[in-house]
Amino acid sequence: MAIDIQMPALSPTMEEGTLSKWLVKEGDEVSSGDILAEIETDKATMEVDSIDEGVVGKIVVAAGTDGVKVGAVILQLLEDGESADDLGKPATATAANAKAEAPKAEAPAATSGAPAAAVVPNDPSIPTNIKLVETTVRDALRDAMAEEMRRDDKVFVMGEEVAEYQGAYKVTRELLQEFGERRVIDTPITEHGFAGIGVGAAMGGLRPIVEFMTWNFAMQAIDHIINSAAKTLYMSGGQMRCPIVFRGPNGAASRVGAQHSHDYSSWYANVPGLKVVAPYDSADAKGLLKAAIRDPNPVVFLEHELMYGETFDVPDMDDFLIPIGKAKVRREGSDVTLVAHSRMVGRCLEAAEILAGEGISAEVIDLRTLRPLDTDTVIESVKKTNRIVCAEEGWGQSGIGAEIAARVMADAFDYLDAPPERVFQADVPLPYAANLEALSLPGTEDVVKAAKQACYKN
Amino acid sequence: MAKKSAPRTNKEELLEYYREMLLIRRFEEKAGQLYGMGQIAGFCHLYIGQEAVVTGCRAAMNDGDQMITGYRDHAHMLACGMSSRGIMAELTGREGGYSRGKGGSMHMFSTEKHFYGGHGIVGAQVSLGAGLGFANKYLDNGAVSLAFFGDGASNQGQVYESFNMAKLWDLPVVFIIENNQYAMGTSVARSSAETELYKRGISFEIEGVHVDGMNVLEVRDAAARAIKHARDGKGPMILEMETYRYRGHSMSDPAKYRSRDEVTKTRSERDPIDWVRAMLLDKKWADEADLKAMDKEIKEIVKDAADFSLESPEPHPDELWTDVLLPVEA
Repeated sequence: MAIDIQMPALSPTMEEGTLSKWLVKEGDEVSSGDILAEIETDKATMEVDSIDEGVVGKIVVAAGTDGVKVGAVILQLLEDGESADDLGKPATATAANAKAEAPKAEAPAATSGAPAAAVVPNDPSIPTNIKLVETTVRDALRDAMAEEMRRDDKVFVMGEEVAEYQGAYKVTRELLQEFGERRVIDTPITEHGFAGIGVGAAMGGLRPIVEFMTWNFAMQAIDHIINSAAKTLYMSGGQMRCPIVFRGPNGAASRVGAQHSHDYSSWYANVPGLKVVAPYDSADAKGLLKAAIRDPNPVVFLEHELMYGETFDVPDMDDFLIPIGKAKVRREGSDVTLVAHSRMVGRCLEAAEILAGEGISAEVIDLRTLRPLDTDTVIESVKKTNRIVCAEEGWGQSGIGAEIAARVMADAFDYLDAPPERVFQADVPLPYAANLEALSLPGTEDVVKAAKQACYKN
Repeated sequence: MAKKSAPRTNKEELLEYYREMLLIRRFEEKAGQLYGMGQIAGFCHLYIGQEAVVTGCRAAMNDGDQMITGYRDHAHMLACGMSSRGIMAELTGREGGYSRGKGGSMHMFSTEKHFYGGHGIVGAQVSLGAGLGFANKYLDNGAVSLAFFGDGASNQGQVYESFNMAKLWDLPVVFIIENNQYAMGTSVARSSAETELYKRGISFEIEGVHVDGMNVLEVRDAAARAIKHARDGKGPMILEMETYRYRGHSMSDPAKYRSRDEVTKTRSERDPIDWVRAMLLDKKWADEADLKAMDKEIKEIVKDAADFSLESPEPHPDELWTDVLLPVEA
């Protein structure tokens, strides 16, 4: 039987890629270690090498094919003594790509959102006659940095792999080429040190963007974020400015285990002297990151790895800024308010759609900024719906949802017809096994269930 | 180490160093007194004994060069030319303090005088100081930053992270280890595998120099060389200033970890102010009457600072809510 070579997953989050180029042709002899093809993902171009020996029997997927699913057979290899007649029908992708599907069964729906009619289409700050351009969250973040770097020479970006490597998650792609090594700076793996150098540079008059490969690694640097950046303006009686952005992916990615999956939203949101931003879509990612870079204060900018590759519309404007500190009503509704930030906003929009099918009209609020928290928008909504569900990917204790629930009870107690409901990660370190990971992370169904509970319709 | 010739000096500068060191000592003595009276609270780390280090370093700096240090910071501020009134009033937690009473002993800054704090987390100022150097290089402004830290901080991890990047990028920063022999109550020998702290940059290709930190002229010359090295684009140097603090780590330190004899001996044999005083008299650059007059003048300055710090009102309650965030410019 011929050997089926499958489309490999080149990162924990890859679901599909482009087969950009074959480096072998049918009839070629292949040894283990030979490079067979180049594959392009939204992050990088990678080489696929053979682990088997044989003769290339059939190239199943032509060069230049987009959207090749992980696990799909791309080439069939003939073993010793086999001929083309031995080529069977390629086996369909099964076990090999189950990995990508298991924890993400509900992912594809995330971007489709809800029907246009039910959605509040525009941010109040965006003119309605503007052209929209489909952009990934990743590129929106990159564009924001590039635009601000063009605008102000004092803005620079530093972090691990931001320059030559083009960003561990390709968020800084091509910045080195445009701005050079003075302004796009690869650091050693030394978070505590380079966070401190970034803060010192900000005190010295620059506007650093410090990228953490993930926020998990910023635990090494949290002292500078809080003690040096957040507190110094106050401790100096207003003299010492620290305009700096700390950014990177936050929260659970996919199958990377507990140390790489921590959601720090409530940690940083706890600290006066910081602004904390956690955008959901591309437009907010761009507009809020630009605002963060211009902000005279230290800003913690929490991105989400699983959102980087998602595509949303971004207004095609010269200078598109979204003010920090304003939540956004993403869908209007009358029966229950769903509050979330970052990736959970997508889950809430899906939940709202499901609830609509069951006769429950849900309003979805995207917090966008966690500090300062836009309580007014939440309270206004609760006064209308009288019920609230707070959803977040992080743990529940002392979480963002706990804070919102407390504020709603303090400021709108008389409007509540049910106790606030909360949706959050299971109170355990995030497990690696696909089934356990899926069990511990909150999803659309959890939001639906909580909303029904709030409406006494369970 | 080869025997060096005695550093050159002259009457004017030596009198200036003497005056500066005396101001620091009298200021710190007054701060200790006010602490004892309950007018200064919390932590209060005095610099008495170490005066030559910051005085010599400041003498080697250009205007525009920056200074940053840890929590034993009063002397650095005085050396930078910050007002003794503003510093003392911050110690007493009053409106007239540099941080309007919101920082305290460990947290004062002056952008005007290029003093960048005043940091309470041991070692943090080393990364921050390297960051100031980074900004200097980025802006090509010709300035050098001096990051002061103690023998205790020299065991912090981020110090080495900063050494690495500072040399990797040849940042204009000078690392000054004020080795006063004790990290709180733990002696260098009890805390450090390598007790010759100037060697701590060897694996980063950073030249280190051991300096008699009780000799203001030696300090000045070593600092001048290191600052020039940094300003010339050759990157950082490490200066280990061997010094001694006479008082406890902070005001609440009973100093059980060292003998009274040890303190007395250092005081009588190596005092940095007595050494300059003797030289001034020996070279006949000043007589007893001159020095007495200077002492009187400095006592007046310190008394004025103390009076101001007690008369200045406590910050207005509204100050609680100011300076948390800066407004965003439209």
